[in-house]
Amino acid sequence: MIKGGVALAGLLAAVGAIAAGADLGQAQKQATNWTAIGMFGAFVVFTLFITKWAASRTKSAADFYTAGGGITGFQNGLAIAGDYMSAASFLGISAAVMTSGFDGLIYSIGFLVGWPVVTFLLAERLRNLGKFTFADVASFRFAQTPVRVFAASGTLVVVAFYLIAQMVGAGQLIKLLFGLDYWMAVVIVGALMMVYVLFGGMTATTWVQIIKAIMLLGGASFMAIMVLAQFGFSTEAMFAKAVSIKTDLAAKGGKAPEEAAKIGFSIMGPGGFVKDPISAISFGMALMFGTAGLPHILMRFFTVPNAKEARKSVLWATTWIGYFYILTFIIGFGAITFVLTNPQFLDAKGALLGGGNMAAIHLANAVGGNVFLGFISAVAFATILAVVAGLTLSGASAVSHDLYGTVIKQGKADSASELRVSKITTVCLGIIAVALGIAFEKQNIAFMVSLAFAIAASANFPVLLMSVLWKGCTTRGAVIGGFLGLISSVALTVVSPAVWEATLGNPKGSAWFPYTSPALFSMAIGFIGIWLFSILDGSARAQVDKDGFLAQQVRSETGIGAAGASGH
Amino acid sequence: MQDDLARRIASHPKYQELKAKRTSFGWWLTAAMMVVYYGFILLVAFNKPYLSSRLGEGVTTVGMPIGLFVIVFTIVITAIYVRRANSEFDALTDDIAKGALK
Repeated sequence: MIKGGVALAGLLAAVGAIAAGADLGQAQKQATNWTAIGMFGAFVVFTLFITKWAASRTKSAADFYTAGGGITGFQNGLAIAGDYMSAASFLGISAAVMTSGFDGLIYSIGFLVGWPVVTFLLAERLRNLGKFTFADVASFRFAQTPVRVFAASGTLVVVAFYLIAQMVGAGQLIKLLFGLDYWMAVVIVGALMMVYVLFGGMTATTWVQIIKAIMLLGGASFMAIMVLAQFGFSTEAMFAKAVSIKTDLAAKGGKAPEEAAKIGFSIMGPGGFVKDPISAISFGMALMFGTAGLPHILMRFFTVPNAKEARKSVLWATTWIGYFYILTFIIGFGAITFVLTNPQFLDAKGALLGGGNMAAIHLANAVGGNVFLGFISAVAFATILAVVAGLTLSGASAVSHDLYGTVIKQGKADSASELRVSKITTVCLGIIAVALGIAFEKQNIAFMVSLAFAIAASANFPVLLMSVLWKGCTTRGAVIGGFLGLISSVALTVVSPAVWEATLGNPKGSAWFPYTSPALFSMAIGFIGIWLFSILDGSARAQVDKDGFLAQQVRSETGIGAAGASGH
Repeated sequence: MQDDLARRIASHPKYQELKAKRTSFGWWLTAAMMVVYYGFILLVAFNKPYLSSRLGEGVTTVGMPIGLFVIVFTIVITAIYVRRANSEFDALTDDIAKGALK
């Protein structure tokens, strides 16, 4: 018991450290960086032209929600990868690798492994059954009102947490990179995001995401190549140098030579990130299955014309994301060798100027000079902007298509009024996002992205999977089970150490739920809830639900009768 | 979709073949992915010294190629599914559609 307790405490400390690394954290304001601002300005002007072009093509609700279904698999793959390669993952993972080496790799692998599962079980079925939102799929054969209300709640809760994390990250990052005030940064992000979504809808949101993905992949590739070139493209030479630098730093910190060598070498293997298997598996499940329940990712499957393109888009997305994580790993090691040894990037105590998350930014300066530093800073800002725009669009679709169009108007809303509601919602969400971004400035929000994944895995994913694959699933089972998954994942997160102790300030050790992620438990609650309340459901509606399965299955397997997304 | 069309498609032998093949292929690959990923996580949880052991004379550890393998495996297994689905499964779907809609 005692041993387990010690291991657990170690894990929590380590996960806290990594989570803090992936969160953009509190940042000191830097001097105004005009190169970065100029580059970002150029990006904004360019994307506004795209928005203008997109606006001329955004006439109907279908254009607004899904870019008229005219995105190719390759383009959509880049856009999905762009949604996934957020600033937190670029700066956070490279910083985590710089700090703890191999543990950063374990963390990034968790984000990648959900994609094959999405491909095998959901991608083409989503395309065949859905039109605008994942609720179209989840409610296909069920009573519309309750399932839509659930799906919209699941969407809005996930979007809210993800959005707060991105907004706070944006404010901190921009304060850091551009030397602007926090509130100014948050307002700029909110205002630009509203312009993209309002006028350009899904077309503009997708193209902004594609352009940013190309810039980010290009910039990161350049950095990784520059780092590897220094070592004659030998990873062994790079690792050896990093180990010797870490050893020297430990020795300078007053460690005995033997211990310093041990600390130096520790970046080459797993450290404290995974100690307790239950937390490890629970966290892994949140990342793996959460990917298959994130509304802003799921909606991208409706922008391609057919199942074949849907499959191609996940393959491209997986490839780009996997490649990107390999790059961030090299960038993290590059930061050890170039940044930690250069007094230009360090303060008097030897810590990184501007905070730990500046690893990749300083490395950009080291390998490419001030202009490249400006470029990478602009890319980081563009990244947040593009991700926030996608999130807002998926939240707006849930309100206008699911709540207004289907629940309030009972499916009789015309395209124009649905479009108007989604635009009003976009403005509301934009204002709320800015307000929350400012309200949460000083809060510890490291838990919010993993919470968003845990909710997506425990509420959205079980309902989607069971409604598509299990004939016995009924309206009542899906709604009750889905809400149980949603409530339990939020509740368990609140009483976990990351929120109960770190954010709410309760004394250490007082958290009721000891693990880092609720997913293992809340996913089980979601699935068992759906199963139990479905088999207990003897209502007339349950019979209708089951009778509808055959038609749903035929369409999900073959796509015959699916909404021809392009051309409406 | 009308129910009689759905029933007609559902009774098509090629539809049965498509459904059976794709479902079992999808679950097998899902299982393979889970074995690889959770195998990696459990290795990290229970056998750290193995992952931290050196490959050869240098500092590169066993964990590095294993981590890279998990990333590459993820991409390759997705490619395997997409390849088979885009040829074999789509051909079956086309046959079913032609049969049902004539």
